[in-house]
Amino acid sequence: MINYLGKVMTIFFKDLLSEFRTKAVASSVLLFAILVIIIFNFAFESDSDTIGLVAPGVLWVTFTFAGVLSMNRTFVVEKEKGCLEGLMLCPVSRDVLYWGKMISSLVLMLIIEAVVFPIFLILFDLPLWMPRLAIVALLGTLGFASVGTLFSALAANTKARDMALPIIFFPVVVPVIIAAVKATDLILNSGTWHEMSSWLEILIAFDVIFLVVSALVFEFVIEE
Amino acid sequence: MSDDINDIKYAIEAKGLSKSFGGLFALKGIDLSINEGECVALFGPNGAGKTTLIKVLTTLSRPANGKVLIAGEDIKKNAVAVRRRIGVVSHQTFLYDNLTAYENLKFYGKMYDVPDLEQRIVDVITKVGLESRLRDRVGIFSRGMQQRLSIARAILHDPPIMLLDEPETGLDEQARSTLSELLKTLVAGNRTVLLTTHNLEWGFALADRLAILVKGKIVYEDSKQSLDMTTFRETYNRCVGARS
Repeated sequence: MINYLGKVMTIFFKDLLSEFRTKAVASSVLLFAILVIIIFNFAFESDSDTIGLVAPGVLWVTFTFAGVLSMNRTFVVEKEKGCLEGLMLCPVSRDVLYWGKMISSLVLMLIIEAVVFPIFLILFDLPLWMPRLAIVALLGTLGFASVGTLFSALAANTKARDMALPIIFFPVVVPVIIAAVKATDLILNSGTWHEMSSWLEILIAFDVIFLVVSALVFEFVIEE
Repeated sequence: MSDDINDIKYAIEAKGLSKSFGGLFALKGIDLSINEGECVALFGPNGAGKTTLIKVLTTLSRPANGKVLIAGEDIKKNAVAVRRRIGVVSHQTFLYDNLTAYENLKFYGKMYDVPDLEQRIVDVITKVGLESRLRDRVGIFSRGMQQRLSIARAILHDPPIMLLDEPETGLDEQARSTLSELLKTLVAGNRTVLLTTHNLEWGFALADRLAILVKGKIVYEDSKQSLDMTTFRETYNRCVGARS
């Protein structure tokens, strides 16, 4: 088990180091996310009623689009110079590759969200301290990364990969996005933990389902 | 499962191996046996199925039919054990441009559980003559240097079997000559080597045994001892011309 986790973390640290060197994904996705937030901020009236109505949607639309941009690169980077084949030739089960790439995507998205969140809260005149929102973001992003990594591997083998990923990915990830938007809505509109709990349970359930199923089917997706 | 490679008859053994893509057969009942320590060059024109065969032998692609044993391990039943015993060099390097040569080797070394990794990295990088470039990013290496580093990556875990898929592609004459010298040391090290190429002279010089693959079938196979280059070229042209 320690060896298994060691291999997963080796892939994760390799991705982290590679991204740290180039900042190719983080910089473009971060810029995109900030621009979307700013555009939405200009597009809507900034009175408290409007903010309560639109802010949850704005936040998750931003994360969803930024996430797809980020996911599109997850396996494209590996396809360059045949590195994906190099990974697949390693004497590990295919699910090790899945977990390594999934954790890389998750951490990268969380880093981007950590920067975007304060900007969003400031621009929409919301309190800066919202720990419940962080929990929802973590669960939503986990569900997003779990199934996104799988579909990114699938799309990487197609010619029109930039178009293919959103088309096959969005319908599947909809339950996670809906649950995250609803939970965020309750947080921003003074909902209670009790009111939120059913959406959190849905998020957790879909996270578990997506993680287990994605890890199981990954080898069939990645092989020819 | 056999753990002792010396107990098995062939290093690579394929029987009735077929592979299809959407009903189109790229490999049609391949039978191939390679002894331990033998270097076999597999020639064929573009689209003959050379890369597909290497992909199946390296567990990257699943065969439709047939049985393949690599170092005595069935590729369908024990793919992870097969991958541990093979080193693969392709026209693609499997190297990350953003990482240094050292970081690339360290990454793959960890994935293969290479013992005494730091020393092993020094050994293999010295073997391919890139010790002075160990801390440089791979992205700034020439194509020839990248291919040498790719060989270092492939032998890092000291595999008994090497599968080389057109490794000379894109190399100039000098880089190809350097690659040949490196590959000769691999063969001299008693590794089993299966090499695919469409460069007749280059493959002929390296191999003990020659085979020709045309339209997914091995149409010719013979020891190099009984041939000279001219005769082999005529044979190759006849095989390829007759089937294409």
